[in-house]
Amino acid sequence: MAPSHGAPPVFNNKLIAWIDHRLPIFTYIEKEYHTFPTPRNFNYFWNFGAIATVMLVLMIATGVVLAMNYTPNADLAFASVERIMRDVPSGWLIRYLHMTGASFFFAAVYIHVFRGLYYGSYKAPRELLWILGVIILLLMMATAFMGYVLPWGQMSFWGATVITNLFSAIPVIGDSIVTWLWGGFAIDNPTLNRFFALHYLLPFIIVAVVALHVVALHVHGSNNPLGIDPKGPQDTVPFHPYYTMKDGFGVTVFLIVYAGFVFFAPDALGNADNYIPANPLVTPNHIVPEWYLLPFYAILRAIPDKLGGVICMFGSIGLLFILPWLDTSRVRSCAFRPVYKWFVFLLAINMVLLGWCGANPPEGFFVPLARVCTAYYFFHFIVLLPILGKIERPLPLPPSIAEAVLKRKAG
Amino acid sequence: MPKKPIRKQALASVAAIAALCVGWAAVAAEDEPSLPSRHWGFQGPFGTYDRAAAQRGFQVYKDVCSACHSLNMLYYRNLTELGLTQDQVKGIAAEIQVPDINDDGQPIDRPARPSDHFKKPFPNELAAAAANNGKAPPDLSVIVKAREGGPDYIQALLAGYVPFDKLTPEQIKAASVTKDDNYNTYFPGHRIAMPPPLADDKVQYVDGTKATLGQEVSDVIEFLAWASEPHLEDRNRTGVRVILFLLAMAGLMYAVKRQVWADKH
Repeated sequence: MAPSHGAPPVFNNKLIAWIDHRLPIFTYIEKEYHTFPTPRNFNYFWNFGAIATVMLVLMIATGVVLAMNYTPNADLAFASVERIMRDVPSGWLIRYLHMTGASFFFAAVYIHVFRGLYYGSYKAPRELLWILGVIILLLMMATAFMGYVLPWGQMSFWGATVITNLFSAIPVIGDSIVTWLWGGFAIDNPTLNRFFALHYLLPFIIVAVVALHVVALHVHGSNNPLGIDPKGPQDTVPFHPYYTMKDGFGVTVFLIVYAGFVFFAPDALGNADNYIPANPLVTPNHIVPEWYLLPFYAILRAIPDKLGGVICMFGSIGLLFILPWLDTSRVRSCAFRPVYKWFVFLLAINMVLLGWCGANPPEGFFVPLARVCTAYYFFHFIVLLPILGKIERPLPLPPSIAEAVLKRKAG
Repeated sequence: MPKKPIRKQALASVAAIAALCVGWAAVAAEDEPSLPSRHWGFQGPFGTYDRAAAQRGFQVYKDVCSACHSLNMLYYRNLTELGLTQDQVKGIAAEIQVPDINDDGQPIDRPARPSDHFKKPFPNELAAAAANNGKAPPDLSVIVKAREGGPDYIQALLAGYVPFDKLTPEQIKAASVTKDDNYNTYFPGHRIAMPPPLADDKVQYVDGTKATLGQEVSDVIEFLAWASEPHLEDRNRTGVRVILFLLAMAGLMYAVKRQVWADKH
């Protein structure tokens, strides 16, 4: 339920009025980003949508500049990245912003997703909004993977080998698919070329899906920490200046942490092996993806069967598409779900443990740990969510957002 | 569900994580020996390169390492960043003959210029491998960034050789080394193709510093760290300014945000 947006705005500037009469972009901005009624009780978790948007723009801006100086050729790529680092004016800054930016984009998006899980933002009427978000996540993973291949270091090459070889697990046509993906019978120049083309293309598709994500968001408005719908003007504030200011503050704090890594520890999140030029004849001791893909890598390796592992890895994200229907509880926010709340935290811990398993060689106690964590992941979504929604007794919901806010202020 | 069992569950999960951490420590203990670590002047947010040490390190590279290891990403002109003058760099380059093609299209050797890349010791990787028992010595341009542990690893490696007659029978057996092999405590698998490159008095420093093994190792790492990350000082300086600006900006944003929200809380 979105409260009415009020009367169309009147513009005093003649040029703006002239344009708006023909192409109502100013009316749109006014309605969607100024007067847009937004629940008044957001906490700082609600900053991460804006933060992710800023990171997306930053990644595209730095990426375009990098592409002007990068050479997508198997013999020249590594040296061209080093040339950016050494000889292109401020090239080191642009590259570190982009490289570290990928990690921080994922960090922001993962917090954004966790926010959605905890406060039930995926529930009716926001199912499509959530599904569009999962599509963005998948596109981001594909983009990040292909971007990591471009410097053509050892981890680029062998990461690409592991991931593309996954498709060979598909019965009958698997090997043909892999040859088709590679553009030949081994990972080589054609592979690098197509990955570069796709790495440049996909971010713009992400922008398009983000636009749909925002359109869907603005139909019913944002969820909020209480998970109840606004019932009138007393429950909402205009987006501007209330949330533009709050988002501005949140974005700036996020950028401080990001800048700390960019300027003082740019290689801390990467793998040293990727500063060794790709060598198809030497396999690194441990092939690991970047941290943000580690949990899914752990799920892949936890299953003793190759095809099974591939199915579980893709299934772990596929499940998110049907999450709105797996959760049978009619209460959105975990603030009022005394039991499920703990399982959401457990799921988060489980993801961290999976990431830890993914970062280590599949030996010793990491093997059973990865299996237990993988089992819990699927148990959580397939068994726990549907059952818990039926048997859990939620706490009483407050009558309205305004009352809850004012009560908290008084008490 | 009543509240108490959930608390217990949370406690149990904390205990489980603690147990996992202990298990991990046990796993980690079996790995390679831990690296002796020291603080390098170029580490930390205010890190800078020690120009004198890096210049000595360049001398170690030039006199010792460059016989086998290339430094492909660097130009001679880059040496001015270490405090050498244009004329000094011209002189250093002019002592080195590099291959070129003359106006008649014939291959020639000519003295290097500051705008030339550092000369490769071998014309190609196959030649490098053939001259070094089948294993081409790695390029050193980004070597400090290309090894886990960075400068600490390289220091440990360069000073980590154990002569064959000092090895215990277990070490000989575990690494299956013969007296013709090189044993290094810190190299994965211990058998390393590179013979001990540095030793006391391996170079004669132009600035008169006594060339002990430790001094040479430390100097060459200072040089290689600069070669791997030549813009580090610029990066740190920019970083301090950017963070200070963002902190001020965040403070301002917070103040305005409080002001805007004053009537809603």
